[in-house]
Amino acid sequence: MTAQLPPGLALHKVDERIMTLNVGPQHPGSGHMRLIVQIDGDYIVACDPDPGYVHRGEEKMAEYRNYVTNIPHLERPVIHDSCNILYPYVLGVEELLGIEVPERAKYIRVIASELNRCIYTMYWLAIYGIFLGHSTMFMWPAGDRELLIDLMEKMTGARVTHAHFVPGGVRNDLPPNFEDVCLRQVNYFEKRIKEYAAVFYDNPILVSRTRDTGVLSRQDAIGYGTTGSVLRASGVDYDLRVKEPYDVYDELDVHTNVMKEGDSYARSKVPWLDMIESCNIIRQTLQKMPKSGSVRVKLKPNPKTKGLESVYKRVESGRGSLGCYIVSDAKVEPYRVKLSVPSFRNLIALPNLLRGEKLGNMPSVYWSLNYWPVEADR
Amino acid sequence: MSVIAPNFKLSEFIKSLIDNAFWFLLIGVLVGLPAVFIVLFVIELPIINGELLTPFLALTWMTDPTRILPIVHAFMATDLFRVMIFPGFGFAALLAAGTIFAERKMLAKLQLRVGPFYCGKFEGILQLMGDGLKLISKEIIIPAKADKPIFWAAPVLFVAAAASFVAFIPVAPGWVVADVDVGLLGVFAVIGFFPIITILSAWSANSKFPFIGGIRALFQMVSFEIPLILSLLGVVMLTGSLNLSFIAASQSSFPWIVFLPIGAIVFYITMLAELERIPFDLPEAESEIVAGWLTELSGMMYGLVQLGTYLKLYAFAALFVVLFLGGWNGPMVVPPFPAELLANGIELGPVTANVSGLPLFTQEMLNGTLWFVLKTVAVIFFILLPRGVFPRIRIDMLLNLGWTKLIGLAFVNIFIALGLLYSGVLGPGGLQ
Repeated sequence: MTAQLPPGLALHKVDERIMTLNVGPQHPGSGHMRLIVQIDGDYIVACDPDPGYVHRGEEKMAEYRNYVTNIPHLERPVIHDSCNILYPYVLGVEELLGIEVPERAKYIRVIASELNRCIYTMYWLAIYGIFLGHSTMFMWPAGDRELLIDLMEKMTGARVTHAHFVPGGVRNDLPPNFEDVCLRQVNYFEKRIKEYAAVFYDNPILVSRTRDTGVLSRQDAIGYGTTGSVLRASGVDYDLRVKEPYDVYDELDVHTNVMKEGDSYARSKVPWLDMIESCNIIRQTLQKMPKSGSVRVKLKPNPKTKGLESVYKRVESGRGSLGCYIVSDAKVEPYRVKLSVPSFRNLIALPNLLRGEKLGNMPSVYWSLNYWPVEADR
Repeated sequence: MSVIAPNFKLSEFIKSLIDNAFWFLLIGVLVGLPAVFIVLFVIELPIINGELLTPFLALTWMTDPTRILPIVHAFMATDLFRVMIFPGFGFAALLAAGTIFAERKMLAKLQLRVGPFYCGKFEGILQLMGDGLKLISKEIIIPAKADKPIFWAAPVLFVAAAASFVAFIPVAPGWVVADVDVGLLGVFAVIGFFPIITILSAWSANSKFPFIGGIRALFQMVSFEIPLILSLLGVVMLTGSLNLSFIAASQSSFPWIVFLPIGAIVFYITMLAELERIPFDLPEAESEIVAGWLTELSGMMYGLVQLGTYLKLYAFAALFVVLFLGGWNGPMVVPPFPAELLANGIELGPVTANVSGLPLFTQEMLNGTLWFVLKTVAVIFFILLPRGVFPRIRIDMLLNLGWTKLIGLAFVNIFIALGLLYSGVLGPGGLQ
């Protein structure tokens, strides 16, 4: 202890009352990440999130594949929301190549992206339920999610990783009779998720557990750079589908759900309200969609871009604003692909939200941030 | 050819079974029977009904129902039978196993799934046996820094405490293992053991998550014991006895839940907390502290704790039935034993057997057991139900509930009991 420490480092004495818990990476309440939590009795005094256990180098891999073969692996970070994570990449490549997408393809993309948002949110909700010890809320969303997964399977051929969006449109046209099936299933799905309120969102124990826990003020939510449902639960009316409409969102009537409380309850309720809004959007889209027409612009094999240019596109995914920055240098591969993911931005708020909370609030605050560990690690 | 076991042949399997049975019988006949006879020649044989019990006579008795039934009667009168089989461990373990199966199927129906399905011919009824076999065959891993004797002893102590809880429960008139005058006090004493065993197990594991879980369990059980005891005081005041058999018998016209509904509700809630069931399963909250105080238990140690937990669940449900729902009291629905069988004997074709010692159980005992089991199953259903409906609550909310609301309600219940007693509604000249 007498040895001279290098400049900039300091030893600080740890209080004996403080216990350090490693919540993760092998813990039922962590996901693919670790939370180093220091507790004093039942209170959390510090929390240090340690993501990075599932880093797969997606961005580097994208530099060695051409613009179209990048698609199947770029959707891997969030396989439940695979259409939305591909959306900004595909929009960016289209702008680089100067392609105009057919009208019908734009509507199909909106349907796929909204269905995917619901599929992701249902999975998230199932885990939120089991984190709070509500096993029925684990089983119901996991079961009702199958309705939409079946729809996506009809549409794209794959249940989870669809790889459906391609530069120039979507891979395949809709199967015959898809509109009727989609409308029926979405109506039933909406009726079903409205029933969740009785067992979960209006449950007095849940409300008393999550109200006023992990409160993120409007100022902090903007300051930390959080996005999506976390931002909207803190009272900020911000939805990229309304603020920066892409594809055909400007022709649709999208309502933004905002709650002012900024606590865990609001953060858990906003995605559920968003799912109901998604059902409305899908119904509007099915009405306005052209009944026939091309869905894909034929591309040359290995399309090249013009020169050194860059593009940044972002969309509203199930977790928030998801951006993709592409730099091209007139080759068949992109020079650089950077994914700016909402999960990582929302995680930044976690240590500040958990400080001073009780240990029992840790799972609900952590998961209410709409965080997907694999996406944050990319 | 099966992929799972490529060298499997049905004929060889059957042959091996027959071989095993053959050798088992051969060794049994050549070694086992002579050994039994040698032992019987050496020891002093008893004289029953004036006849010396020779080995030959013992073998003939085994085929003669008139000889067997008195032996069965004699066995049923022993304490061993009561402890091991009927009102004691065997009966309780059977109901506990049924509870596990019912819980899994019921929750599955609630949650849009099928539950255990493949093990056993009917709806996965053998799933529990499969789970038990799995737990027995698993390796028991003990943390390197654990306090090993205490860590080993805790699950066994847990089952022992739960089984001794079962001993106080009267199932039918006269059918109780320990018919003591301070039965309810004994129950409180046994309940007081559970937090000690829990904290011993948690502390001896020398690990963080079990430690937090154990502390939570201690808080929860100790703070809920007070409303638990207070909520039962009303019944004790009305009956003037701590004897559980007497309390059950005193409810022949009205169960006490009619007069003391608040006490029953308080007891139900504290029961959920003592059993660590959702919404009070904080000591095992998996998203916060893995499995709480069970985290380091593996293999059959975990299995023993589960067995103890479900025995405890049965015992609490049975205590609720005895104290509030009238125990074995109910309308007589079991038909009496046919008298002509006793008078004329049982006709078996050409032979008429006059079997003495029938009936094995009296009509009152069968009827009481039937009503007791029906009521217990109903209470168990209400104990299991919150698991599908409620999320887990937090430790501060739990302590707040226990120390303020439940204790207050328990006192209200005591005043209601006092009012009933002094206004003359109950007691001499009253309703009951």
